Amino acid sequence: MEYFVILISAIFVNNIVLAKFLGICPFMGVSSRLETSVGMTGAVAFVMVLATIVTYLLQYYVLNPLGLGFMQTITFILVIAALVQMVEIVLKKVSPELYQALGIFLPLITTNCAVLGVAILTIQGKYNLPEAVVFSFSTALGFGLALVLLSSIREALDMVEVPKGMKGIPIAFVVAGILAMAFMGFAGLV
Amino acid sequence: MNQWKNFSKGLIAENAIFVQVLGMCPTLGTTTSAYNGLGMGLATTFVLVMSNIVVSMVRNYIPDKVRIPSFIVIIASFVTVVELTMQAYLPALFEELGLFIPLIVVNCLVLGRAEAFASKNTIWSSTLDGLGMGLGFTLALFMLGSVREILGSGSWFGLKFIQGDGMLLFVLAPGAFLALAYLIAIMNKFNRKNA
Repeated sequence: MEYFVILISAIFVNNIVLAKFLGICPFMGVSSRLETSVGMTGAVAFVMVLATIVTYLLQYYVLNPLGLGFMQTITFILVIAALVQMVEIVLKKVSPELYQALGIFLPLITTNCAVLGVAILTIQGKYNLPEAVVFSFSTALGFGLALVLLSSIREALDMVEVPKGMKGIPIAFVVAGILAMAFMGFAGLV
Repeated sequence: MNQWKNFSKGLIAENAIFVQVLGMCPTLGTTTSAYNGLGMGLATTFVLVMSNIVVSMVRNYIPDKVRIPSFIVIIASFVTVVELTMQAYLPALFEELGLFIPLIVVNCLVLGRAEAFASKNTIWSSTLDGLGMGLGFTLALFMLGSVREILGSGSWFGLKFIQGDGMLLFVLAPGAFLALAYLIAIMNKFNRKNA
């Protein structure tokens, strides 16, 4: 039951993009096509869960016992950068098809603030390890949901005449604003 | 003249937010009021200037292959400095900005300037570039924060000038997207006229 609450809360109520404003750069950058959105979501989910597990273990078994809490930011970003690099190398060897699908998105993930954000939120939220895994996975699902919704709408927008000044980024933000309004309807669900 | 250009291009012509659309997360997440926007902007400016200086100082000693991780370590060190300083002297602002202070590390603007400018230019040019870009970013955050605070809670820097609540929508999440969309559209129009 507890896990279910975390799942619903992370996907709908506290959606990482539309309510917490994390991961906006890929949200705007790759959301013009539906296909790339799905690829990006897969890559983010993979790295996010891995990064959360590794940073969780580091925080509780290395940083805390040694009193190095102030090193959190530096350690976490280095772990994420190294992890992304490693995932890229391993995928290339083990599963070339998956690498083909996710490859170009992987380098972009290091600077995706959603990954570092979730790692820090997990520590702040005082989750235990299974909860942290559920939390990071459902956050990635929420990211994917927002990305797929926005990219579907943007594909449809291609066929509509948009006022000149609003073309491109501004209209995408307006759509995101309306989506955020829709997601506010979930508030109070859990 | 050239040095002046390094500084001034970041303010309007290549403004990080309105033109390059970089660093969106803190832009949307922290601008619930003019004061918060200003605080976040200045914190980012400090990190940007300092990391630009250090990156341009060591640019000839870092092998090309490991330059991105090295830049990230440099940036993360200054972010930690900001984080601890703010926690000590401005605890209220630190609480408000919360998660977004450590997230300056992954602000694409900071890494972008280190990679695109500081790693190729002298210390003095890089300092000016960082300062200009940072102030342009601060200006944009301040504008967005002001718009959202005035419309959303009918006040500016905490000074109330209407009774009641104002349009709460603008303080909440959707208002951030809408306000930014219209600010960018207005800037587009303005820039096109100039060009």
